[in-house]
Amino acid sequence: MIPEFGHFALILALLVALAQGTLPLIGAAFDEPRFMAVARPAARAQFLLVALAFGCLAASFVGNDFSVVNVATNSNSELPLRYRVAATWGSHEGSLLLWTLMLGGWTTAVTVFSRNLPQALLARVIAVMGWVSVGFLLFLLFTSNPFERLLPPAPEGRDLNPLLQDPGMVVHPPLLYMGYVGFSVAFSFSVAALMGGRLDATWARWSRPWTTVAWAFLTIGIALGSGWAYYTLGWGGWWFWDPVENASFMPWLTGTALIHSLAVTEKRGAFRSWTVLLAILAFSLSLLGTFLVRSGVLTSVHAFATDPARGVFILAFLAVVIGGSLALFAWRAGTVGLGGGFDLVSRESALLANNVLLVVAMASVLLGTLYPLFLDALDLGKISVGPPYFDAVFYPLLAPAIFLMGVGPVARWSRAPLPELAARLKWALGVAVVTALLLPFVLGRWTPLVSVGLFLALWIVTTTIENLRQRIAGSHRRGFLAKLAANSMSYYGMLLAHLGVAVFIVGVTLVKGYEIEQDVRLDVGQSVSAGGYEFKFLGVTPGPGPNYRALTGSVEVSKDGKLLETLHPEKRIYNASGQTMTIAAISTQVHGDRYVSLGEPLANDDVTGAWGVRIYLKPFVDWIWVGAFLMALGGFLAVSDRRYRFAVRRREEPAGDATAPAAAD
Amino acid sequence: MKNLRWSIPLAIFVVLVAFLWVGLGRDPREVPSPLIGKPAPAFRLAQLHAPTKTLSAQDLKGKVWLLNVWASWCVSCRAEHPLLVELAKSSLVPIYGLDYKDDPSAGRTWLAQNGDPYTSSVIDRDGRVGIDYGVYGVPETFLIDKAGVVRYKQIGPITPDALKDKILPLVRELQQ
Amino acid sequence: MKRAVIAAAFLLAASLAWAVKMEPPAQEALDARLKKLETELRCLVCQNQTLADSNADLADDLRREVRALAMDGKSDEEIKAYLVARYGDFVLYKPPVKPTTWPLWFGPFALLVAGGGLWWAILRRRTRMASTPPAVAEEAQARGRELLDEQR
Repeated sequence: MIPEFGHFALILALLVALAQGTLPLIGAAFDEPRFMAVARPAARAQFLLVALAFGCLAASFVGNDFSVVNVATNSNSELPLRYRVAATWGSHEGSLLLWTLMLGGWTTAVTVFSRNLPQALLARVIAVMGWVSVGFLLFLLFTSNPFERLLPPAPEGRDLNPLLQDPGMVVHPPLLYMGYVGFSVAFSFSVAALMGGRLDATWARWSRPWTTVAWAFLTIGIALGSGWAYYTLGWGGWWFWDPVENASFMPWLTGTALIHSLAVTEKRGAFRSWTVLLAILAFSLSLLGTFLVRSGVLTSVHAFATDPARGVFILAFLAVVIGGSLALFAWRAGTVGLGGGFDLVSRESALLANNVLLVVAMASVLLGTLYPLFLDALDLGKISVGPPYFDAVFYPLLAPAIFLMGVGPVARWSRAPLPELAARLKWALGVAVVTALLLPFVLGRWTPLVSVGLFLALWIVTTTIENLRQRIAGSHRRGFLAKLAANSMSYYGMLLAHLGVAVFIVGVTLVKGYEIEQDVRLDVGQSVSAGGYEFKFLGVTPGPGPNYRALTGSVEVSKDGKLLETLHPEKRIYNASGQTMTIAAISTQVHGDRYVSLGEPLANDDVTGAWGVRIYLKPFVDWIWVGAFLMALGGFLAVSDRRYRFAVRRREEPAGDATAPAAAD
Repeated sequence: MKNLRWSIPLAIFVVLVAFLWVGLGRDPREVPSPLIGKPAPAFRLAQLHAPTKTLSAQDLKGKVWLLNVWASWCVSCRAEHPLLVELAKSSLVPIYGLDYKDDPSAGRTWLAQNGDPYTSSVIDRDGRVGIDYGVYGVPETFLIDKAGVVRYKQIGPITPDALKDKILPLVRELQQ
Repeated sequence: MKRAVIAAAFLLAASLAWAVKMEPPAQEALDARLKKLETELRCLVCQNQTLADSNADLADDLRREVRALAMDGKSDEEIKAYLVARYGDFVLYKPPVKPTTWPLWFGPFALLVAGGGLWWAILRRRTRMASTPPAVAEEAQARGRELLDEQR
């Protein structure tokens, strides 16, 4: 019965979403408050219904109901509870339901945190989100029903893919989807504003916190995916420019451009049409990513089982949503009006250049990802575009953008005379250059690329310090702490996020510059040295796991004769599927990881014979993900700024208390 | 005129959708053969049923023939095998088998069990001839003309449609 | 007899010298070179892995071929050409630069130039406006303030 309840809830949700999509729009067009008032309750009801459906699916997984096709294909009664729950979104159907749930959640959040929005705008925003929900619900109900029954029920499930039986599976998709789906808010705000014909600084102010939160979640989601791949795939890689990785990175790049563009639109009223376009683009790329993973047009490790009907449906959905919004943009963007002027060298121009670079980088990633498809569609042959291409193209594009990160925050709005800028930044530049040139020698080996990477990271740090110093020096408050407190959360959020980027760059630069790999055959008792450490292979012990058989290796790590630790890489053979997984053993330190994984047994006896052992030394690799988390934290910090807690202050302070908004930053 | 600028994103998107639409009909996993129109790579391998004798591509010059890559461990081969047996009976075109990375006795047993459509089969134990032919999966079939040039490659099992629409017409054309 | 022995010894020495000259490259350097090469090649079976990482049978076979070719003195370019002759450009993760891939390789640069042009064009327009903010923007700001006041 539970699956049927879930199915029915989805059908009801679709009906409610249709109402959510149409009535408020009519209300806004004809100024009918009662129709517009449908928006909030409809959105909340739709969310509750989808949540109910999701709950039913999760319950089916937890309860091992193998009469549901989805459960029988993706779960198993021996699967630990947390993975049975995660398996709810481990399939195409289930993950789509998660998408729809998140969409309902974000829409409901908009209904809650929108007290001060004009009713017409709110009505349109919720209606647009309603239409997106309609699309997903139609897709679920007509081509991807998670509640399809299997009769007679299977006696046992086929098990969740062993690669997904990992804590990463519990957190990565939900957080990633929070990001993808969160961009629908900025998208809906943009479309609603285009519909209403009014696009001003206040629209940007409303959109900004939503976009920043979505961006922060997406940052975490991508970082988790990368970290998960790193420790689970056994080869020490953390980014492969796989089509689906690119599909998540493109909205991220666009989202980064968007939050910066929104800042300019909010503060200076400029870049309006550009910001609107970016908002449409960011969510469009989220949807495009959904298409690429589920349609079968590209091969990817992430691709779900494909079905031509699904591909056609999503493409039609894309055409309607993206095509429609771009058509609306083409029609209405011209009426939006221009913002204020600014000089050639100014914060606006720096941010605009940063935007352009980010969008060009995104377009290059898109080009590389889709190029094989373009050539194939034109019958010009089949090629592969992989890391060598993306690495060659992406880093040179992003380097200038990162350089601008040091210039932008220090430059003044409207006019930032070049001599003044140069004077302010010359110390920062000098320190960064000298340190970047000298540091590689300390680390062991000098290469130009390491110096470039370190320079960019140090440049961000030195310019950030300079920025803060200038702020404090120019503050009228007395006392250091008071001077610090005078700055808004928004400002500190920016500083933290930018520092996060610097930390990230340090990680990438040093791991790529200094990583060491040894792929050797080791007999029991044999040692190999790498990067100043000794690795001694002690053999392999068989043992059982909850739903697998394991061969656990032991590798002793020593330095200068002193034993540091014993690492236990594993080979697991899962009972239900028979699949083998390589589980790496990683020793995480601040200055890098020691990473050991088992290759293949090279002798007849798995237990006493020799094995291929892979040893990696990954300097500063964790700085990559720490940097990403700092970026996200910066985003959350920025959103906690008091100017977004509008409604709260309004109720606390009586009218007449003219408290100025946070200082322009 | 101003509106034209704002329509650029839409225009780009329309082109993109067109490509994606065409892409839906393509298989990104399929690797087309660069050998089409080129001479069939030479080989000299032992025959499956007569291990002391060999067969080479050179021997087959002057006739149009099919080279079918198969193996006793290949599951998809079972799908196309009845079709091959039928085709062999019709004597339209001779079929030669390349037993890929297989144990010879396993191969012989498999043919005995499932029927032998091959005029002759050769055994490629280490897969090197397969690599020369750009084999990356089993089954695959090559159509080679009288001059020894590869004219067509079927990736995966031969389907009745592929046989009717692509292979047989080409065979007839080449046999003239 | 003596001359024959001396001649034989001479030939032996010469052939030894020849053998020394033809000695294959140091093992570690070869392994490193092959590893790097194999990360630029695509596995045709597990198409989302490089030839270096894949555990597929064909990957094993191809790695063996690549090693054999390298030991035979073939350069990286020659090894790649060998594989491309059999499997097409698909096997290369770094697409070759040829007319069909010019948009791919030169596209990003072209986009950068276009982006730069756009930036410059916007800037020129805004610089002219810098001194006198347009009435439209002012009006919008005023309306915004109005709206905010409305909500009090």
